[in-house]
Amino acid sequence: MKSPLRLERRLEQPKWLNWAVPLISLAAALVLGAIVLWITGKNPIDVYQRIFERGFAGKRAFSGALEMATPLAFTGLCAAVAFRMGLINIGGEGQFYMGAIGASWVAISLDGTPVGLSIVLSCLAGMLFGSVYSAIVGILRARYNTNEIITSLMMNYLAGILLNYLIFNSKSFWRDPDSPQFPKGKPIADRAAWNTYTVFGIAVPIAFLIAILAGVTIWFLYKRTRFGFEVGVIADSPKAARYAGIRTSSTIVVVMAMSGALAGLGGAADVGNFRGLLDAKGLQMAGYGYTGIVVAALARRNPITTVAVAIFIGGLTKAGYALQGPDFPSGLVGTLQGLILFTAVAGEILIKYRIKLNVRRAGAVTA
Amino acid sequence: MNSNILIIIISSAIFYGTPLFFAALGGIFTERSGVLNLGVEGTMLIGGVSGAWACIHIGGSAWFTVTMSILVGALAGGLVSTLLAFLCITLKTNQTVAGLAITIFAGTVGLSSYFANIWEVAKNPVPRPIRTMDLFGLADMPILGPILFRQTSLTYLSWLLAILSTVYLFRTRIGLQLRAVGESPQTADAMGISVIRYRYIHTILGGALAGVGGVFYSLAIVPTWVDGMTKGAGWIAIALVIFGFWRPSLALVGAYLFGGLQSLSSTLKARGVDISGDILDALPFFMTIVVLVLVSSRFAHRRLGAPAALGIPYEREER
Repeated sequence: MKSPLRLERRLEQPKWLNWAVPLISLAAALVLGAIVLWITGKNPIDVYQRIFERGFAGKRAFSGALEMATPLAFTGLCAAVAFRMGLINIGGEGQFYMGAIGASWVAISLDGTPVGLSIVLSCLAGMLFGSVYSAIVGILRARYNTNEIITSLMMNYLAGILLNYLIFNSKSFWRDPDSPQFPKGKPIADRAAWNTYTVFGIAVPIAFLIAILAGVTIWFLYKRTRFGFEVGVIADSPKAARYAGIRTSSTIVVVMAMSGALAGLGGAADVGNFRGLLDAKGLQMAGYGYTGIVVAALARRNPITTVAVAIFIGGLTKAGYALQGPDFPSGLVGTLQGLILFTAVAGEILIKYRIKLNVRRAGAVTA
Repeated sequence: MNSNILIIIISSAIFYGTPLFFAALGGIFTERSGVLNLGVEGTMLIGGVSGAWACIHIGGSAWFTVTMSILVGALAGGLVSTLLAFLCITLKTNQTVAGLAITIFAGTVGLSSYFANIWEVAKNPVPRPIRTMDLFGLADMPILGPILFRQTSLTYLSWLLAILSTVYLFRTRIGLQLRAVGESPQTADAMGISVIRYRYIHTILGGALAGVGGVFYSLAIVPTWVDGMTKGAGWIAIALVIFGFWRPSLALVGAYLFGGLQSLSSTLKARGVDISGDILDALPFFMTIVVLVLVSSRFAHRRLGAPAALGIPYEREER
């Protein structure tokens, strides 16, 4: 059985493909999404136009895109950092929750500390909680060779159950005692709220700036340090890494902990910069961790691109939620995100291979 | 009284374990051919919503409606995994990411919820749920009756499938060739077996079985469509393939153990046992991690390991 397509491995990968392919992937995803809309009787142009208007056009819309982009930038970095080493951490979701739990614990307890210090403290708490949670996955992988995909995913469900327990099913420290009828999180201390700046009429949360900083730091770490080089060697050839004396096991744990710290930082930002409390239901409905995988894949694991892609996906997601209604079914955003992930992963083959049609080859095969 | 609770726990373990087994059996076929399907969760949800749609819209006798719903669910699951097969087999993409893409695309906030919205299937319970039936009139037999003879038609079908698939995998020529494709596609190819065809067929078959698992959720367990109703069952099924060491019989046992864990909270609560629901809800996920760690030890891997070519796209050496 002959496939009509033939893939030929590229010997060299031209540079321009690195930015052209994600754009092609994105365009392809939008076309596929339009087909889904059209088949199900919606007008794709109309839907896309409304997404664009609500997601990106104008200062208010763009502020909303940045707000949604912030958690996605962190979860995107979380996925990208692990992908880079060939580890699939899909536990960003749970690590994000844990970060939010840790940061809200600190932010509720803070009393009269300067704003700058409380931001630093809640960031540290979020990173600590997120990294400990993901390090468990890393240790199981390094020590017992346990598949990190399934364990990290199971831990998402466990973290979700923990959130429900803390807010709905117990009288925990995190639950607001003043609202016994409608369980919700206890508000954080006033001085623990993070700043949002207004630049040219656009609201820029400080957490977004922290995300950019994190992206640049990761880029530097992976491109310019010995540690980053070792991670690259392990990813490309575990055997070579072993012969070179690189300690693969401990690097796995460190990379997983870093990955979880980034997601945890996102959780801290969610509490400090946006919701101001531990929002058990809102966090679980948002699914930032899963969307972060889409962000990282479309950004081709580049940490700086990840932050930029987060703005795009953020605007798309924000618009999707804002427009939800009879004309705009709720599943649409996830469908589009999934399609983007499809085309992003399929786009990778354009970089690795040249695609040839077998028909054309028929004459030349004898050579 | 105590033995009564035990019987209820066992029979509901089988009830809740049935969709897990269908999905895990699908995973076994897919992975035996060398393809890793991480899209089971999304595939189950698409199967579930399509089955619910069929149940609402296809008239006729109860039997006919239910059968058609199951078939529609299987068809939908098969279609979704055709997409996965195209990505993983023809385009040779990264199978892990492709599977995740399926789950995000089809999953809780994806296409399954979109379909549920535009088809309006979530409003009411499905008109013809899959009910338990009294097999051979033995349902009232003490102890064994509720466990073995008061189950759903799909559960009886799953027992049949467990036997048939074991014979298929280990006692037929095609099954042998399938395992060859999963272990060493180069060798299989040299023997004249079409690696591509075997992988496509078994990936699609696996998706269809996951789709049936999804139908069990929307037609038997709840039985109303709820967005994201499988709640991680697809992922547990993927883990069950590993616990079952890629064997249908062991996967059946595993499915019932995890079905038992899943049902424990509702069973005990219904009986007025005072215990924290959260701990019980966490149990299946926690145990998945524990068992996964146990079976990934070196000994277990060497004795009963995964298909050697699992997750690796097959590229025929040209020239």
